[in-house]
Parts: sequence; structure tokens; C-alpha cells
Amino acid sequence: MVIETATQTVKAGLAQMLKGGVIMDVVTPEHARIAEEAGACSVMALERVPSDIRSSGGVARMSDPSLIRGIIDAVSIPVMAKVRIGHFVEASILEALGVDYIDESEVLTPADESFHINKHEFAVPFVCGCRDLGEALRRIAEGAAMIRTKGEAGTGNIVEAVRHMRSVQGAISRLQSMGDEELVSYSRDIGAPVELVRQTREMGRLPVVNFAAGGVATPADAALMMRLGADGVFVGSGIFKSEEPARMANAIVRAVTHYEDDEILAEVSTDLPNAMPGLEIDKIPESEILAKRGW
Amino acid sequence: MVNGTREGMELVTELTTHSAGGAERSGSVVVGVLALQGDFAEHAAAVGRVGADVLEVRTVEQLHRVDGLIIPGGESTTIARLMIAYGLREPIIERGREGLPIWGTCAGAILLAEEIVTLDRPGLHLMPMTVERNAYGRQIDSFEADLSSGALGGGPLHAIFIRAPRIRSVAEDVEVLLRLGAEQGHEPVAVQWDSLMATTFHPELTEDNRLHERFVGMCEAYASAKTSRSATKAAGRSAAAAAGGSG
Repeated sequence: MVIETATQTVKAGLAQMLKGGVIMDVVTPEHARIAEEAGACSVMALERVPSDIRSSGGVARMSDPSLIRGIIDAVSIPVMAKVRIGHFVEASILEALGVDYIDESEVLTPADESFHINKHEFAVPFVCGCRDLGEALRRIAEGAAMIRTKGEAGTGNIVEAVRHMRSVQGAISRLQSMGDEELVSYSRDIGAPVELVRQTREMGRLPVVNFAAGGVATPADAALMMRLGADGVFVGSGIFKSEEPARMANAIVRAVTHYEDDEILAEVSTDLPNAMPGLEIDKIPESEILAKRGW
Repeated sequence: MVNGTREGMELVTELTTHSAGGAERSGSVVVGVLALQGDFAEHAAAVGRVGADVLEVRTVEQLHRVDGLIIPGGESTTIARLMIAYGLREPIIERGREGLPIWGTCAGAILLAEEIVTLDRPGLHLMPMTVERNAYGRQIDSFEADLSSGALGGGPLHAIFIRAPRIRSVAEDVEVLLRLGAEQGHEPVAVQWDSLMATTFHPELTEDNRLHERFVGMCEAYASAKTSRSATKAAGRSAAAAAGGSG
């Protein structure tokens, strides 16, 4: 019997299994266990959560392998980790460590200003950020098996995540009414391969799973992103920067499962510990906007 | 729903109905898909392709309306935890013991097993078999293979295994439906025990509907047996009433 590994189907398939779930940023094995216990479907192992990366400045890089190994050993759910945009050696290192998914992330300082990683060359699947349909399809063309809208990480402000999700979903719904004759020119305008544009039109959604990320701070934020069409939610600083991480983690998981049930949403939003303090986007200097990294 | 962008998902369901295999059912059975986390939407679409009605199950009330339950792929720790947190675990066990058809795929197969290797919280423990989680390795070891169709009939069945569990042993009366090849030790990957079915791979990610057809058939048998049971009871009651009336 022929056994095939690392196919696009099994890469994208793991993302299918994460749907309806919450992926949480964790910086220690102890955080990872709290996240797993609260019902996270996966964890993102990193040295600093985005809000700390934002406040401490400097070059943000892949985390130390010992930290990632410690987190892999602590939990049985899939473990993701981040590499800098274009840094294919960091990606090779993470693949060797056995991480289950690599996030080529704008939250870290980009390593290449022209090219993202050729993700087809790796056995491990990649997730990448996007702000609009063109960016999502360019990443898929490079081999991404999962997409997340970027939002603005480390702000606790949902506005950018909403903007990016609405941009992607709005473009997909406009695509539905386009005739074949419009597709080539539309593909050129958004800078995406026409075959992927056609596939998106036929499926009525992105060809891979699409999570929301960047600014989710409350259960209501998470449910909002689900109602806007996200398949699941990444929560970065929102959990371990809140006053009671375990409770916040539980509440956000429940809100994602029951995102259409207003009574449950009211219940999980009641008497919550304080969410992380947020940042207004227009108070952030232009050079510190993370979503602008990548193209 | 406040916002309509989710309609895209329904469109996917519609677009994939082309491979329906010609099944036109009466729509008399309702197949539940446990929708706590995982790829429940793909299962719902596949059930729709074989012509049965689908209900996403997130509450006990919904559980009591179904003639069968699919526990989808996803993270077994997450689904196990949410079943307990939302009060669904005991009611599912109860209905399973009463004969409700239940089919677990991947994470769902883990949760059905009586013995689970390395799950730190209770599953449903309904089916006499031992299953080991993530037993083929991490994500880079996930794989696809063509299985010979065995008990299902027809051509080979393409199977997708993602961080899949391994069925380590089954009780004597568990029927093995599908196995891996000789090089992989012929290990079982699809098994059935009365009204319970478990597969360690993901039929919902392919267009091959044979296992969904089989499961919907199990649900139909359960529903019609239930109807005839309640008809017998009703007949008994009216006979008793008639007898009482005459006395």
C-alpha cells in the first residue's frame, strides 16, 4: 500500500480539524496547560506575546527551541510556532523540532522585504496572515495551507480584524457575481493567480480554512469574528494579559462554540475579569503597525 | 443571524451536492453532528449529499431530536472537555447505550473507545476497543492511502489520516470494516460494533460517500425500529384502554 505524507490535503486537513476552535498564544509550558485545559484546539508557542513585543521593541525572532520543546512536551494538542516573514531557515529549524504548524508572521520582524517563504518545499504546513483577498490568495499560491486575517496584534482592539475579515468576505461575495470575462482582469487588480480566484468563486469561500486574529480581547470579540465568517479564532495577548487567564480562556472558547446563541454569549460575558487594556490604532506610530508587514 | 456572510458555507454544501450518488431519501431521519469543535460542517455536507436531514448538536435538547450522531474530527481533548463542560457527555452515553447509532471519526473514534491511551480526561467509553491518540507521530507524519474496500464493496477507498489515532485492539465481536495494507500490519482503521462505528481517518474530507451511506442506513434502521416499538406500545395502550372500557 502506498502511503503519501505531506500532501496539500493533509496539510490543509489539519486546519479543518481546528475549525470552530480557539488557538491561544502561550509563552510557558504552564500557560500551554492552562490553554489546553480551557479547551484550546491548539497553542502558539512564543517567547513574548504580541503586546510585549510591541512594548519592548527591538528585532523579534523565532523563539528558542528549548521553549518550543518544553511546550510540545507539556500538551497533546497541536503546537504552532512563528517564524519571520521570508526566514526559511527558521522554518527548517521549526520543522526539525516537530511543530505541527508554522505561522509566517508579521508579528515578528520581517527577514526578507521581497519574498515570503516558498512553503511548498516544507512537509510541515504553514498559516499566513492577510488583509484582503489578494494577499490571502498570494500566500496560498506560495503553499500556505491555512490563512488568518491579520488584524493588529497586541492591541486588544478588534477594529483591524473586522476590517480585514470584511475585506476578504466582501471580495468573495462580489466575486460570486463576476462572469468569466472579468476574472483575468480582476485577478490582475488584486495580484492573485487566476486559478485560485476561480476556485474561490466556485467554492464561495477561501480554498483553505480562514481564522481571525489580531485584537481579540473578549468573548464578544471572538463571537463577532465568527459571525463575520471566520472558521475559528486566534487569541494572542487577550488571554494571558487579562486578569484571570483561565476564566477568560474558558469564556472565549465557549463563545466560539456558541457564537450564534445570544443567551450563552450574555452568560459568558457576565462579570468577566478585566480584559487587556487596549490601544487605539491611530495612536500607534505608522512604523509600528504590524499588519503592513508582508504584501 | 445578524450578518449574512456565513451563507458562503451553505453555498459550499450546495456546490458539493453534485456527487450525491443519486440518493433520494424520504428525509425521515435526522442525523446529528456534534458541533462543539472540529470539521462538523464537512460531515453535515456529506450527510446532505446522501440525502438525509442534518442537525448540528450543541445542546442536550438538540441531542434528543436526532436518530444518529456523528462525532467529527477535531481535537479530542477539546471536544472531550466541551462535552463535559456543556453537560452533553452523560446524555450521549445514555443514548448510545439505548442503541442510538453513533459514528466517531478520528477524534470521535478516540472518544468512543472504552480504553484510550494518553487522554487525560474521560471520553464516552462506549465501544470495546483500545485506541491510542496521535499514534503515527506529529503532523508531518499525517498521510493519505488507498484502502481496499473490504466489507463496503466497490473500488478502493481513499483515506486521509491527520494526526490519526491507532486502534490497538478490539473485542472479538467488533467487526473490522477496513484495514491498512500488509506493510502496515493490516491494522484496523474502520470498525463497527452493533450501532457504533469508528473510523480513524476522515471520510468527510473526500467525495466518497460510502461510509456516510452506511451510517445513514444505520440511522434509518434505528428510527424505524423505534417507530415500530412506539407503535406496539401505543397499540398495547389502546388495547388496554379498550379492555378497560369493556370491563
